[in-house]
Formats: sequence, structure tokens, C-alpha cells
Amino acid sequence: MYTRYARRYARLVTMSTAAPHALADAAASDSTLRRFLHGLPGVDAVGLEARAASLGTRSIKTTAKAYAIDLAISMVDLTTLEGADTPGKVRALGAKAVHPDPTDRTTPATAAVCVYPDMVATAKAAVAGSSVKVASVATAFPAGRAPLSVKLADVREAVAAGADEIDMVIDRGAFLSGHYLKVYEEIVAVKEACGAARLKVIFETGELSTYDNIRRASWLGMLAGADFIKTSTGKVAVNATPANTLLMLEAVRDFRAQTGVQVGVKPAGGIRTSKDAIKFLVLVNETAGEDWLDNHWFRFGASSLLNDLLMQRQKLATGRYSGPDYVTVD
Amino acid sequence: MSDKTGKTEQNRLSVFKTYKLYVGGKFPRSESGRVYEVTDSQGNWLANAPLSSRKDARDAVVAARKAFGGWSGATAYNRGQVLYRVAEMLEGRRGQFVHEVADAEGLSKSKAAAQVDAAIDRWVWYAGWTDKIAQVVGGGNPVAGPYFNLSSPEPTGVVAVLAPQESSFLGLVSVIAPVIATGNTAVVVASERSPLPALSLGEVLATSDVPGGVVNVLSGRTAEIAAPLAAHQDVNAIDLAGADEILAKELEIAAADNLKRVLRPQPVDDWSATPGIDRMTAFLETKTVWHPTGSLGASGSAY
Repeated sequence: MYTRYARRYARLVTMSTAAPHALADAAASDSTLRRFLHGLPGVDAVGLEARAASLGTRSIKTTAKAYAIDLAISMVDLTTLEGADTPGKVRALGAKAVHPDPTDRTTPATAAVCVYPDMVATAKAAVAGSSVKVASVATAFPAGRAPLSVKLADVREAVAAGADEIDMVIDRGAFLSGHYLKVYEEIVAVKEACGAARLKVIFETGELSTYDNIRRASWLGMLAGADFIKTSTGKVAVNATPANTLLMLEAVRDFRAQTGVQVGVKPAGGIRTSKDAIKFLVLVNETAGEDWLDNHWFRFGASSLLNDLLMQRQKLATGRYSGPDYVTVD
Repeated sequence: MSDKTGKTEQNRLSVFKTYKLYVGGKFPRSESGRVYEVTDSQGNWLANAPLSSRKDARDAVVAARKAFGGWSGATAYNRGQVLYRVAEMLEGRRGQFVHEVADAEGLSKSKAAAQVDAAIDRWVWYAGWTDKIAQVVGGGNPVAGPYFNLSSPEPTGVVAVLAPQESSFLGLVSVIAPVIATGNTAVVVASERSPLPALSLGEVLATSDVPGGVVNVLSGRTAEIAAPLAAHQDVNAIDLAGADEILAKELEIAAADNLKRVLRPQPVDDWSATPGIDRMTAFLETKTVWHPTGSLGASGSAY
């Protein structure tokens, strides 16, 4: 598929001189950006959903299941994004991220904890000395309806407090009204404000209406320098689905083939069971490939998922079905 | 005219019933897709029933756990009304149950009818108990101190019930009703040889105000389904009425791991005899609270 873009944009590509990657000129102006994004092939919605559903039927058992559960645990961004978050709750979450199952120290740590910017310092202290990173949502999460200066200040505060990763939301209003360059420039500005922190760009796929828009948003985010593209905030009715995650995985695969730059993917919201998580891992392996089967390149944004993964892990270890009495309530 | 009607009836194709499980208020087939043949006492085929797997058992426990908060939190009066409603619904489908019980147990129509009537009366009997059991087994305890001391019975949680193998309907009702009357939720493993009355009972429960998940009915091999239930860490108690001696021992060992309450199989010669309250108290836990009286005033112990 990417050879087609390459042909179409050969002229643009050869024009590039000091660009960081081959497609940088696509964002030279609002019109080139629109031409590029609207030139992306349309998504076959029925085919996409059928493909996602058929990959969801794979049976993953015994040792493969044990591997998948441990991998999924190591990919969880353990999240608490509530108005009622307290420092105590964030500390408890940090402790859980470092040792998800205190009764079994062979359980891997999660990838990160994900909190609001004002809780970053607390979270950072809670996971100090471990491999667990601290991610912070920023840019007026979840709506993103704030002036750019406020969004950038939000990001800088979070980074200054020690966030290793920033989860930003795009301006869906600008995207849906076709102001792609505005969205692009905002992502570029946030990326710059992030400094060394990795940037995850949230599209809120549930608000983008069409699969074509999700594909366009994915390319837009990657062109602008996202380190991760993320489905949703978890605050709207439709969150991560196998189909929209599959679409984004295809986008990162094609983007790397074309530019050599690898971008991570993070489905978030609505993934509650181990079975679902394993289905997503199958999608990753079959679409993007093994290079993405690592918590540097793939994450789950979730909170209750971890408990189900732990219960399944206990079931595999003991042969008995576990219950919610044996994991922490958060 | 009558001749014509007779002819059409003869030519009419049989409409067989697909018996399905009752889990979480829905009627799924077994996750495994398996069924087994159910025969009457003479060995004639009656229907195919779902042959449940351990995953069906797991799903049923999840449904029962989800329903527990609402059911145990409902007022005892309300639970009584709901159970009485079950009896009303059963009365309306009496003919169907008489037919199924007669086939399953090889009884004459009149004996089967007596069984069904006794089962309906049993629902009514337990419906009456819901708001009285607390007065009988709970109470205010006299203590030598300036305290109120109150004991109240509370439901244990999710109870796995292995229904009696022989009495396919009266026995079944006699083990389910006491469990849910006291506010527990149940995962019921129907009689292995004659599960049809139990599966039909699911249809009655679904239409009688009992919230989905309060009773979940599984059919299949008792030993196969009971093993994961007995070992399940999120099942709080198990009634072994339908297990034979060897199976009961195995299950009791498996159940010890999370300290389940276990009701051992007790020989019941006549299910129609008045059951007493033992089956209700078996799955109740007594909670005792100490509460200082106001009589001390500011001068006494502030505890």
C-alpha cells in the first residue's frame, strides 16, 4: 500500500532536503497537508472489521497464554484519571504498578502509571527506583478545549514535575473542520515542549466519526512527530476497539516502511479482560509485527484490565479460578 | 371440518424445544457447543441438553457475583415478594412441569402433579421465611457491660449448588429456594440424568422479577462442572446434595482451599417433608456488632 503513496508523493519526497524524514514536505502548508491526508486510500470499513474480528478468533492457550499475559501486564499504563484522585490513591497505584501481584514477585511490573499533571510528582515518588515510568495527560485533557499557551504550560509543568511521557489530546474541533495544519502545528509545539519526554497523541477515535478520519489523524500525528499514537481518552462512549486499533497499527507499519521511523500505538479505554488484551496482541503481531511486541512500542491504557490479567495469571499458576478478593480494588 | 383439523394435526411437524442454560439472566448454549442426550426413565430420547464446561461454570460465577450486591442488599420483604412471584409463575406453567417431571422420574401424572404442587408450595414456604429468619437466628444478646450486642444473619455470597440427582424438581427447588431466600446468589448444577425441569425453571425465574444472575442453571456432568466450582476462589459456599460419596470427598478437599462453607450431602428420603431451617442457616453468617449504650453519658468510657 505504501508504494502507492510513495509514487504519488515522489515529487514531494525528492524535493525534501533537510527534512527529518521523507514525508516532511507533506506538511509544508495547509493545502499540501490536506492533499496528502485526503490522498490516503479510503478505508474498507467492512473489510477492516472483518479482519479485526477474524484475528480475534485465534486461540491462545497454555504457554503462549502465559507469555501473552505477562507481556500484556508489562504493557499496561495503569491509569487513574478521576476528579476524585487523591495523593493516597496515586501512591497506591504506583505501588501496584511496581508490584502488580504482591503474592507473586515473578509478575512483571507495568509499563507506566498515567495520572493528571498535578499528581506527577506524587506518582514519580511512588515508583522511584523501579522501571515504571510516569505518564501524564496534558493539553487540557480530555476535551483539549483551551488556548495553545495554556496547553503548552500544562505540558511544561508536567515535564518539569518529572513526567517521562506526555499524553496529549488533539484539537478534534480543528481536525473535523479541516484545519489540519492547526492540529499539526499544535502537535509540533507540544512535542517541542516535551523535551526528552515521549509524546503520545490521543485522537479520541470515538469523536472522529469515520475510519478514514482515523487513518488521516494517524498519519497527521506521525508526520508531526508523535512517539505514540493513542486511540482515546477513555472519557467518551466509544473507546479502543479492535478495528480502530488495527487501522492505527497498519498506519504505523506503513509509516515505518516509508520513513524508517517507528511509532508506538496505545489503545485506551474499554479493554477490561485478558481475552480482549490478548486479541489486541494478536493484532499487533499480525499487523505491525514482532518489533511492536514490546512495551516501548505498544501500551494498553487501562485500569481494571490489570486485575483481570492478574486473576488469569493466578489461574494459570494454580489451576483454580481466582476471584476479585485476591487482587486490589482500585 | 373436524375431519380436516384432525388431518392437519397429523401432518404437523414436531416442534422440539432447544433447552439452554440460564446464566446471568440470559439463555446461552454451552460455551463448548456440546450437548448430551437426555432420556426418560425408560431410555427414550426426550431432548438434547447443553453439556456445560468449566468455562460455563466460570461465567456463571461471574454472573452470580455481579448479582450478589443487589440481591443481598434488597430488603428481606422484597425478596419474599419476588420468591412468591416465582411460585405464581410456576403455577401458570404447572402442566409443563408435571409433564417434564413425569417423564424424568417415571412417575404417573398424578404423582408427578403432587411433586410439582409440593415444589410450588415450597417456594411459598421459603418466600415467607425471607423476613423472618433474622428474628429466629439473630437477636439482641445480653452482655455484662454497657453495650447493646446484636447478632444478625448475613448471606454468605455465591453458593454453588449441586442439585439432587433423583428428585429432579422438588429436590431442586428445595435446595435453590433456601439459598436465595437468605440473599445468597446461586450457581446450580442440575441433576445429570434429568436436567430438563431445572432448565425450564430458568425460564420461570427469568420472567418472575428475580434479577438476572441470582440463580444460574447449568446442565451436564456433575463431576466435570462441580470440580472447578469447588476450587473456585470466588465461590463462598457449596451444597453437595447432588454428589455421591467419592465425589463429595474430592470436592470438599478442593473447597477447603479458600475455606468455603460446605454442606455435606445428607440422605433425604422424602423431599416433600417439611424441610426445617437448616438449609437456610447453612449459608448464613452471623455478624455481631457491639454498640455502646448512651447510659454512660460524658462521665463514662467514651469507647
